[in-house]
Amino acid sequence: MEKYETHTHDVIVIGAGGAGLRAAIESSAQGASTALVCKSLLGKAHTVMAEGGVAAALANVDTKDNWETHFKDTMKGGKMLNNWQMALYHAQEAPERVRELEYWGALFDRTKEGRINQRAFGGHTWKRLAHVGDRTGLEMIRTLQEKGIHSGIDVYMECTITHLIKDGDRVTGAFGYWRESGKFVLFRANAIILATGGVGKAYKYTSNSWEYTGDGHSMAYEAGAELIDMEFIQFHPTGMVWPPSVRGILVTEAVRGEGGILTNSEGERFMEKYDPERMELSTRDVVARSIYTEVEQGRGSPHGGAFLDVSHRGADYVKRKLPSMYHQFMEFADIDITKGPMEVFPTTHYVMGGVKVEGDTCSSTVPGLFAAGEVAGGMHGANRLGGNSLSDLLVFGKRAGEGAAVYANGKSHAQVPAELVEGFANELREPFNNTQGENPYTIHQDLQDVMQLYIGVFRTEENIQTGIDKIEVLKERAETLKIEGSVMFNPGWHLCRDLKSMLIVSEALARCALARKESRGAHSRVDYPESDDEVLGKLNSIVSFKDGAMDVATRPIVEMPDELSKLFTEDK
Amino acid sequence: MSVAKLRVFRGDAQGGEEKEYEVPVDEGMVVLDALFYIQANYDGDLAIRWNCKAAKCGSCSTEINGKPSLACKTRMDTFAEGETITVYPIKAFPVIKDLVTDVSWNYEVSKKIPPFTPAEDTEWIMYQEDVERGQEFRKCIECFMCQNVCHILRDHNRKDAFAGPRFMIKIAEREMHPLDVLDRREFAREEAGVGFCNITKCCTEVCPEDIHITDNGIIPLKERVVDKYYDPLAWLLRKVKGK
Repeated sequence: MEKYETHTHDVIVIGAGGAGLRAAIESSAQGASTALVCKSLLGKAHTVMAEGGVAAALANVDTKDNWETHFKDTMKGGKMLNNWQMALYHAQEAPERVRELEYWGALFDRTKEGRINQRAFGGHTWKRLAHVGDRTGLEMIRTLQEKGIHSGIDVYMECTITHLIKDGDRVTGAFGYWRESGKFVLFRANAIILATGGVGKAYKYTSNSWEYTGDGHSMAYEAGAELIDMEFIQFHPTGMVWPPSVRGILVTEAVRGEGGILTNSEGERFMEKYDPERMELSTRDVVARSIYTEVEQGRGSPHGGAFLDVSHRGADYVKRKLPSMYHQFMEFADIDITKGPMEVFPTTHYVMGGVKVEGDTCSSTVPGLFAAGEVAGGMHGANRLGGNSLSDLLVFGKRAGEGAAVYANGKSHAQVPAELVEGFANELREPFNNTQGENPYTIHQDLQDVMQLYIGVFRTEENIQTGIDKIEVLKERAETLKIEGSVMFNPGWHLCRDLKSMLIVSEALARCALARKESRGAHSRVDYPESDDEVLGKLNSIVSFKDGAMDVATRPIVEMPDELSKLFTEDK
Repeated sequence: MSVAKLRVFRGDAQGGEEKEYEVPVDEGMVVLDALFYIQANYDGDLAIRWNCKAAKCGSCSTEINGKPSLACKTRMDTFAEGETITVYPIKAFPVIKDLVTDVSWNYEVSKKIPPFTPAEDTEWIMYQEDVERGQEFRKCIECFMCQNVCHILRDHNRKDAFAGPRFMIKIAEREMHPLDVLDRREFAREEAGVGFCNITKCCTEVCPEDIHITDNGIIPLKERVVDKYYDPLAWLLRKVKGK
């Protein structure tokens, strides 16, 4: 076969968003030879788009805040389906992980006393989100990037990993290609950390960047790892609606955190009907359903959304606290949000489901394979609270980095059989050789339509089943793809493999959605509108690759110890 | 729905040529949407970098009708009806393929800048008015358009001597961090070549984040360097101390 490079490291981190960078920093600090491999240039990962803030019970603004309250908020937001161990570590460790960013040069907005300022967000009892205006993600990724490039990590930019390699049960390497040259590359490693983010590009309207094609989910699945709770995908309540070109782009929850009000076409502040206590700052699943329902029942804005207005806070305040939103609407929609309302509608934002990991080290069910950040499942249960993603990737990025480095320590590298590599290479080159076949762009658009229509905010058995049937047809069509041009920086070719990943995660989402016959968090079944706390609320969905097909099963959740469950009964 | 004509550079390091495409225009559409249309309907292998399509990542820097622009932020309705739109890669960096250039030099420069260095016994108190100067520079999305329009880099290709506006503000940001204790003035002068900048402000004009690169970053940095090297008192002190 054609020549390819080989690199050998103790630990390979795939993905260079917040979780990947934090994992690589920790792995390297533990003394492991660490590689960071990413599809884009460094610093461009999806974390850059996070806006509102990072949740941590620093108690700088609301002094009553503590990890117990953050833990409880997270579990309640996740409808008690969360991996309690992860939610516990997360609540306890987030403050130190945020302070650490400050030690590394981050400049968060300040309180009058000169400490890190915190803002209100949906589902959080206290003002808890450390932030930098509405560009918190950019601040975090720059800080981690800066720390990372001075941490002795080898960075492989614009390099796509397509296959994980195993020796027996254990993961021993990864294979992929350089986007620029199209040449293949092999990584030998004793531990691999997936930090590949989410799956939003399977949907037509999404706040996610192009990289969110479920690579980590699908590679883990193919390598035999279990995925957990894949039916739970978060539709962020507020995405842009108009013009069509920007539909789905995120409107940060910080707009509501800073006092933004939602109204319908009749001028009614409709959240009074759905959650009179928390109003606009209810959890994302509730607000998304409320907006969807208002539009469905004919009370939508001119372009089919709800009105979101923060102009009453005054032009100076809005521009200072929400500068990106101000520019976003000014430049893309000709709307001045300091003067009037925006139009918003739910947009695909975040997948709660992911690679099943244990909280201590983020190890998956496959030895040597770890996962952190959005690609990992369990932490957020059935619905994620805003701000808990940026803290998740710091807490579990660090834990995964440490876990992988410790695991890899002292292991020797396995030989990778040449015929295995040749098989991967042939599979990837196939679309160049096919004389007939489908256009990957067309199938991608068709998949996005299917997911948008059938696996959306509200679901029914009939809809989901139609979706599954259509995904099956798309899988067959995607068997034979044909593309033009050379192997050099060829987006059409890149999409061929991404498409395969998106089809796997789409199928997992749909099959889990069909199986869960209740409504819980972000999973809303019109035909089963109630939550079944006694039975289904105590079961996780488990997806695995068995006998050549996707298997969906359930497994009892791990019950939390008494001293933690007491926290919840004390409230009653 | 109207139809727009785009002439897009297709080629690689060996050379290339413009190729013309016709693209239907929808309301609010941006140039990046037009390039997606070309990929999906005409040439699947058209190479362009992009990530967020929301002007937050700085990946899709190109030269549209000769003007350095983010393709995701340039609306099609800013062009006249029937106007042909040219899309070229940014000029200051070598072409890899089509609209993708080799910007790896920027990452090498970035790595050389001494990192944030707090005092060992730092108490982590900072006030809003003190962090705002640094926060302005940290809005940078690394689109490298300021590097692209800088005469020193674009016309004179002095990448060997000048780090460019993006990294001037990175140095300035460190220098202005309220809790940083390192002195980067020698680095700014000797390694980064701050003296090369002749304050034409082209970088400031092109910045999509409206960072006042020259006024708030480079000029204060130049002043600090001048204070260190040309202050007669400091000069005398150096003479006396033999430094």
